[in-house]
Amino acid sequence: MKLESKVPEGPLEHKWESHKKNMKLVAPNNRRKYEVIFVGTGLAGGAGAASLAEMGYNVKAFCIQDSARRAHSIAAQGGINAAKNYPNDGDSIYRLFYDTIKGGDYRSREANVYRLAEVSNNIIDQAVAQGVPFAREYSGLLANRSFGGAQVSRTFYARGQTGQQLLLGAYQSMMRQVEEGNIEYFPRHEMLDVVIIDGVARGIITRDLVTGEIKRHEADAVVLASGGYGNVFYLSTNAKNSNVTAAWRAHRKGALFANPCFVQVHPTCIPVSGDYQSKLTLMSESLRNDGRVWVPRKKGDDRHPNDIPEEERYYYLEERYPSFGNLVPRDVASRNAKLVCDEGLGVGETGLAVYLDFRDAIKRDGEDTIRAKYGNLFDMYENIAGENPYKRPMRIFPAVHYTMGGLWVDYNLMTNIPGLFAAGEANFSDHGANRLGASALMQGLSDGYFVLPATIGNYLADVKPGTRYGTDHEAFDEAAKKAQDDIDKLLSIKGKRTIIDFHRSLGKIVWDKIGIQRSKEGLESAIKEIQALREEFWKDVYVPGEKNNYNKYLEFAFRVADFFELAELMAKDALDREESCGCHLREEYQTEEGEALRNDKEFSYVSAWEFKRVNGQLETELHKEPLEFEFVELKQRSYK
Amino acid sequence: MSKNFTVHLKYWRQNGPTAKGYFEERTLDTVNEHMSFLEMLDVLNEELQLEGKDPVEFDYDCREGICGSCNLVINGQAHGPKKGTACCQLHMRNYKHGDKITIEPPRAAAFPVIKDLVVDRSAFDRIIEAGGYVSVKTGSAQEANARPIEKETSDIAFDYATCIGCGACVAACPNASASLFTGAKIAHLSQLPQGQVEQSRRVVAMVDQMTEEGFGDCSNYGECEAVCPKEISISAIAEMRKDYVKAVFS
Ligand SMILES: Cc1cc2nc3c(=O)[nH]c(=O)nc-3n(C[C@H](O)[C@H](O)[C@H](O)COP(=O)(O)OP(=O)(O)OC[C@H]3O[C@@H](n4cnc5c(N)ncnc54)[C@H](O)[C@@H]3O)c2cc1C
Ligand code: SF4
Ligand code: FES
Repeated sequence: MKLESKVPEGPLEHKWESHKKNMKLVAPNNRRKYEVIFVGTGLAGGAGAASLAEMGYNVKAFCIQDSARRAHSIAAQGGINAAKNYPNDGDSIYRLFYDTIKGGDYRSREANVYRLAEVSNNIIDQAVAQGVPFAREYSGLLANRSFGGAQVSRTFYARGQTGQQLLLGAYQSMMRQVEEGNIEYFPRHEMLDVVIIDGVARGIITRDLVTGEIKRHEADAVVLASGGYGNVFYLSTNAKNSNVTAAWRAHRKGALFANPCFVQVHPTCIPVSGDYQSKLTLMSESLRNDGRVWVPRKKGDDRHPNDIPEEERYYYLEERYPSFGNLVPRDVASRNAKLVCDEGLGVGETGLAVYLDFRDAIKRDGEDTIRAKYGNLFDMYENIAGENPYKRPMRIFPAVHYTMGGLWVDYNLMTNIPGLFAAGEANFSDHGANRLGASALMQGLSDGYFVLPATIGNYLADVKPGTRYGTDHEAFDEAAKKAQDDIDKLLSIKGKRTIIDFHRSLGKIVWDKIGIQRSKEGLESAIKEIQALREEFWKDVYVPGEKNNYNKYLEFAFRVADFFELAELMAKDALDREESCGCHLREEYQTEEGEALRNDKEFSYVSAWEFKRVNGQLETELHKEPLEFEFVELKQRSYK
Repeated sequence: MSKNFTVHLKYWRQNGPTAKGYFEERTLDTVNEHMSFLEMLDVLNEELQLEGKDPVEFDYDCREGICGSCNLVINGQAHGPKKGTACCQLHMRNYKHGDKITIEPPRAAAFPVIKDLVVDRSAFDRIIEAGGYVSVKTGSAQEANARPIEKETSDIAFDYATCIGCGACVAACPNASASLFTGAKIAHLSQLPQGQVEQSRRVVAMVDQMTEEGFGDCSNYGECEAVCPKEISISAIAEMRKDYVKAVFS
């Protein structure tokens, strides 16, 4: 299989413009004749569904939650980047592009990333026009802040609720199109399969999550905007319904899955308190601007942190990275927290936490100043952890946060299956091996508002309007039957272990061996453990309830079944990548000082995996899309 | 390690919209102060499943107080005892050994039960659909800074815009009115120049839809504001009324 990225010719800054000029169009009166399906109504899907419907296409939009307004995007706190350069601090499209590609450790496509930076400004315009209440200055103009280590202030934000406000903007635009009859809206519906006829995506199979009914939907194009797969770790900052099922079922039908091992771990989350823990809560990394990270130098030092004298505190980030100190990038901060805990220096009941201490900042600036900056975060911490962070250092620990990997797509965001597109966190496209803060919202909305409306039209222009095979076509029969059989099978096992129990065990393997740090040995043993656990799952899982009723645990059951297969692929991908880059750290590939060692000569490619079958083990074939850098020079990162 | 304690739970069971509902009772003695309320229910559900029984269904997604999925009525209070807190953010340290806890779905004619504690809130979507937006097509927006908006105004708009659509206001209201939810969206958009163009049409369409969905009228009980996890001010309802009157009588 040859992977064609379809990147247009020409200079970087003209590629998207000239591509738009050359793309085919569908005449307005013909758009009615096309059906486009959106699986997922987060930022990417919501924005895309609204935009295509406004253009006159017939859209069907599906989501798991009871309303599109509740997609996981709602939880994004920090903000969204754009290259407006309002603060006049030297930002530009090129600089945003460069920071993103460098931040991704040179494992993404130049052309895609440039386009992202290019449309970023339109996103802000669009959101403001929708009534998104971004933070403003006293002048009445929009405010910006710097975020995630960037040297310019380019992040737009709406207090700590930027994702919520942007999603509501997209959701409201989408509901307007529902009202106008251009969108048929299916909340509480889950996609279980893609239907492919003669090699082309022609529809989907869904389960009505209230009645259990398996339904068939035909369309001319299918967009998967189903989010990321961080929940393979069981514990993550993702919402509980985030899953890989839509992407994975497409993968099983032939769509390639790219860079599955690229997973971002966020350094400042509230640590796990016990086995019942169901998710992890992120706290803005802005806290690292004033908090100092440390652990006791002595193992098992269980004194109250405030009683530990200065010389017995190990400010490990400041010592190891004197120039960046507590502000090293996310991956470096996360890795070091894990390392000190592995050495037995971790704090708290579980030993899986480090201190983030504001004592010195409070002494320097006063409690009021700190309260003004971080009051809501401190309150949130106190509510969850039950401790007062003004009086006692916070305990923090890294948690899985974002997945850069996803379905392989070309420049047009189309997978290798014609008619099947992937957008937002569900695709692999723009963040390489590491995503910068405030750029996931930008990517989701860029895909939805500006890229898909152009590229889907280009694709549909070659599809005869009104092409219909009928939902009684054998491809629909087969897919619907498979979906029903899988559910029946799960319900019939009636084993002794719960779904959550299995998921937690899987998550532990993935976290320990395919998490912050990986090794050949660990990955090989992870593969064996995953296979053994998967076999046990299919023999011994207990799935309660009925298929024809609301049944959350049944939904979890098939999502966990898919996570088992994905986990194995992640391990294989991490094994293949014999280098360290971005969030992927292979123990064997480090400098003497323990820093990541990239290998551009051999690994400057996108790993795109093809599914073959699962037969005790996952059988796959690796395809490589070489990454060529015409416009930027590759550099090793250094934060020393 | 922190010690486990015991609570006595009484929760609503209903196997579908038309089935007859009833309370089931169970004592849970593995509760930990660090658990969230929903994690306590997870533990209950694990126990039930290990005994071959059906878990209790309840709605949730983010568990961070922002998606608005969760909406339990706990000991008669929407979202439970903690002010300005959605029940997914409520922690068991707010309870003590031996407490009795009753858990019900939010009850309103416009929110029919789907199963156990899960209800159908699609009426809220239809209220937004009726007019809770600015009609701006993708690509037709002007430069974001072309129109300055006073910071104070924008902050007020933000406060209204934080509504998470949970429905607690409806559950708490003796009339099962959706006025706080509807008013919050109307007040958010009416603050901003972008939203003002369609204001009259919007307020009439949304208020009419609210009535059509079977929500009651507002009689100023103020219960909605008291339970709202985002502490949306009841002034939203006054704004909505004012705009409605203006739209209908001018
Ligand atoms: C706590 C937190 C904070 C964050 N903060 C920031 C930030 O400050 N800035 C930033 O840029 N990014 C941030 N991110 C990342 C960002 O929020 C996400 O990457 C982004 O919102 C993903 O959007 P999406 O549209 O791709 O997917 P999602 O919002 O995850 O939406 C997925 C949609 O797909 C649907 N779906 C999934 N599977 C199926 C199926 N099988 N059938 C039907 N529907 C399905 C879901 O119902 C949902 O509608 C944060 C993430 C987290 C977890
Ligand atoms: S107004 Fe408050 S209580 Fe009502 S739906 Fe919105 S957030 Fe919930
Ligand atoms: S689960 Fe999202 S607000 Fe409670």
